[in-house]
Amino acid sequence: MITPASVASTIRVRLFASYAERLGGELIEVPAEGIRTVADLLERLRALPNGAVVGPATLVAVNLRHSPPGTAVRAGDEVAVMPPLAGG
Amino acid sequence: MSFLTRLPIQLDGLIAEVAGPDRGGIASFLGTVRDHHQGRAVRGLEYTAYEPMAEETCREILLEAAARWPVQVTLRHRLGELAIGDVAVAVVAAGGHRDEAFAACRYVIEELKGRVPVWKRETFVDGTVEWVNASQQAIGSGQSAMGETLE
Repeated sequence: MITPASVASTIRVRLFASYAERLGGELIEVPAEGIRTVADLLERLRALPNGAVVGPATLVAVNLRHSPPGTAVRAGDEVAVMPPLAGG
Repeated sequence: MSFLTRLPIQLDGLIAEVAGPDRGGIASFLGTVRDHHQGRAVRGLEYTAYEPMAEETCREILLEAAARWPVQVTLRHRLGELAIGDVAVAVVAAGGHRDEAFAACRYVIEELKGRVPVWKRETFVDGTVEWVNASQQAIGSGQSAMGETLE
C-alpha cells in the first residue's frame, strides 16, 4: 500500500525495453535515502540483480527532459531510465 | 496532435498537413522495416516508446525545424508490431523552395533518431528476439544529433 510517507521516501523509476525486462518491470520504487542526483540513482540501479544491464550509454529523463548525471532527483519526480534509443 | 500511432502511416495525409499555395517544395523521408540487421534475417519488429516524453520531444524538434527554416513540417512514428516493408517513421517538410524543405526534413529525422525515446525489438527469422540499440549515446546526452552540419 502506498501511503504519503512511503511516497515521500521512494523514487518511482520508469524502465523501458531491455531494462524493464531485466530489472523487474516497467515501474520500480527505489528508496530515496542517499539519492540526490541522476548519478546516485544509476549507481543504485547497477547494484540491483541484473544491474549490469544499465550500461554507460544509459539515458535518464527527469520530468520528461533528458538529464545529465548531475541533475537533482527528488521523491515525487518522474524519473525514466532508458537504454540507448532505437527509433526511426 | 499525436505523433505516435499504432495505425499505418499515410503519406498523403501528412503532405496535406504541410502543403500550401506558397510552398513549392515538399520533401519527405520514410523509414521502412528492413529484412536484415547486421547480417541476420529479420521477420518483423515491435516499437515501444516512453510516450509522453516521445510526444513532447517530437513537438520540440518540429518547432526547432520551423524556427530554423521557413517550413511547415510534421512527422509520425509507428508503435506496435510491424512487418517487413511497413513504414516505421515519416517526416514531411514543405517550404517555398527545395533547399529548406530538404534541410528541415533531414534535421527532423536525425534529431528524432537521437532524442525521441523509442525502442525496437526485432524478431529474427531464426526465432530469436532482441532489443536493438541503434543509437549509442553517452549518459545525459540527448543533444543535437546533427551537430553543426546544417548551420
